[in-house]
Amino acid sequence: MKKIRELNSFTRTNIACYGIVILAFVVLYPLQSAGLISHSISGQLVPICTYVVMAISLNLTVGFLGELSLGHAGFMSVGAFTGVITAISLAAAVPSPAIRLVIAIIVGGLFAGVAGLIIGIPVLRLKGDYLAIVTLAFGEIIKNIINCLYVGIDESGLHFSMKSDAALGLSDMGRVIMKGPQGAVGITKTATFLSGILLILFALFIVLNLVNSKTGRAVTAIRDNRIAAESVGIGITRYKLTAFIISAMLAGMAGALYAQNLSAVAATKFDFNTSILILVFVVLGGMGNIFGSIIAASLLYMLPELLRGLADYRMLIYAVILIFVMIATNGTRSKLIIAKIKSLFRFKKSPGEGAANI
Amino acid sequence: MTFISNLINGISLGSVYAIIALGYTMVYGIAKMLNFAHGDVIMIGAYMSFCATTYLHLPVPAAIFMAMCVCTILGIVIEGLAYKPLRRATSLAVLITAIGVSYFLQNIALIIWGSAPKTFSSVVPFGSLRLFGGELIITAESIVTVLANIVIMVGLAIFTKKSKMGKAMRAVSEDKDAAELMGINVNVTISVTFAIGSALAAIAGVLLCSAYPVLMPTTGAMPGIKAFTAAVFGGIGSIPGAMLGGILLGIIEIFSKSYISTQLSDAIVFGVLIVVLLVKPTGLLGKKIAEKV
Repeated sequence: MKKIRELNSFTRTNIACYGIVILAFVVLYPLQSAGLISHSISGQLVPICTYVVMAISLNLTVGFLGELSLGHAGFMSVGAFTGVITAISLAAAVPSPAIRLVIAIIVGGLFAGVAGLIIGIPVLRLKGDYLAIVTLAFGEIIKNIINCLYVGIDESGLHFSMKSDAALGLSDMGRVIMKGPQGAVGITKTATFLSGILLILFALFIVLNLVNSKTGRAVTAIRDNRIAAESVGIGITRYKLTAFIISAMLAGMAGALYAQNLSAVAATKFDFNTSILILVFVVLGGMGNIFGSIIAASLLYMLPELLRGLADYRMLIYAVILIFVMIATNGTRSKLIIAKIKSLFRFKKSPGEGAANI
Repeated sequence: MTFISNLINGISLGSVYAIIALGYTMVYGIAKMLNFAHGDVIMIGAYMSFCATTYLHLPVPAAIFMAMCVCTILGIVIEGLAYKPLRRATSLAVLITAIGVSYFLQNIALIIWGSAPKTFSSVVPFGSLRLFGGELIITAESIVTVLANIVIMVGLAIFTKKSKMGKAMRAVSEDKDAAELMGINVNVTISVTFAIGSALAAIAGVLLCSAYPVLMPTTGAMPGIKAFTAAVFGGIGSIPGAMLGGILLGIIEIFSKSYISTQLSDAIVFGVLIVVLLVKPTGLLGKKIAEKV
């Protein structure tokens, strides 16, 4: 009996997650093509999709692996810039923008995954706040290095420099792709709302299947009690690293999509504040709750846009809402009040549901 | 001579980091939380001092005192309104709330003072010190910063070792529940810690803006992050660790700026931090805690 209920709750989560994304697409896509959505909102559709993917991928690290990462935007950055370089290099060879976008996303994901591997091996030895600070440091290092990086392309291939665009030594036919602090320039927009939705579905497919697999159970076991997990023979490093790399790859893919939606993007876009923004989505949506991440990322990303009428006060109100929601959902006293309201409605959590929504 | 001059600049910048790091490390030691809004308290302190001298025409010591008072009250209010309800919540929930407070302070400053940078006039009325026939120039700001750092360190060391409140702080940081059973008022102790940390942040803000005279709502953010890494570098929760971490971080930053690359200095600073944490995962002076099974 218990087993059936657990299975049900997993399928329920799956249906809810896929359902809401497909529903959003079915409702918004015709409206967008008919031009019924205001310009400012339709321009936000692809960024929202990328931030939903970012929230899903960070939830894997923070919610399921239980490790606080403050540098997730770094992986997004790696994916964004490798994706841009790939897309521009292939501009002549691959005429179809859709295929170019897919290749850019895959390459961005792979490079971010490699970055995740390089960072994960040393970082995952640390615990708690120390791990958080090292991921923060890695995010800043990635930002700093990309900020000094000049990349150009001509018929003999890619050229890299840390000094200036003149030092690239390009031929007359060449063009500069990345100009240090200015970032990547001259990107052809290839991202569409449809590609964003497909990427979300892909991320959901990966993460939901991973979480419900043997690997996923090992990962949550490590989160709940590392020592106990180790003592029953779970290889801590292997599983932690697997989850971390997958999380980094998805972030890189999201970054690649994000950059393909802009004409120019600089490394400073992916700074500490962006990492924090994604973390806020994950924590407010509920750690380990993928459905919550999707909702929180889309609503919170829209919130400053919706508050635009309040001009200068909008970020202030955003901050107040953030503090208020955190206290309301986590405070000792407010928790008691919520528990009382729940008991009034005789709301009882089944054990299976509790396990799925930690 | 450039080496000595760089070293002095490094120690001076490091002293500012050390004073900010103290705020992080004391709050972490006692409330076990990362107070990400600390960097923005620095900014508020600097703005207060700026307003007191520019608009109210107060003398410098009075301006600094006013900045300290405002920041102290601000620290206590922030703790009481935003962090106290979350005393038993997960550290991540408190972290996000602190980030909310940080956004709040930055945007309040943006509304009150605008986004245009203000030029902060130095609070130190002396000129630079010229040694060896003008070959070595030490700015008065550096000297004052280093002296202020030493005074604060000695003062805090005496305070935590000798005074009743200092002992209560150490007890709470050791074991909160046991301290409560011994009759220590934990809430008051935590409030006092925030008050001291915020008053120090005001001093750090004034010193920082005297040396680098550009004041904006985001002025506190980067020094805040760096001071936080300095606190972790030295071993978070340890007061001498904050001092050591801050000064080392300042020296590394200035040296990598002048000898390696200006643009990559942040990457180098954070790179050194990572190497230190990998070799010594609890920081330079951090305690190693055995894990209970």
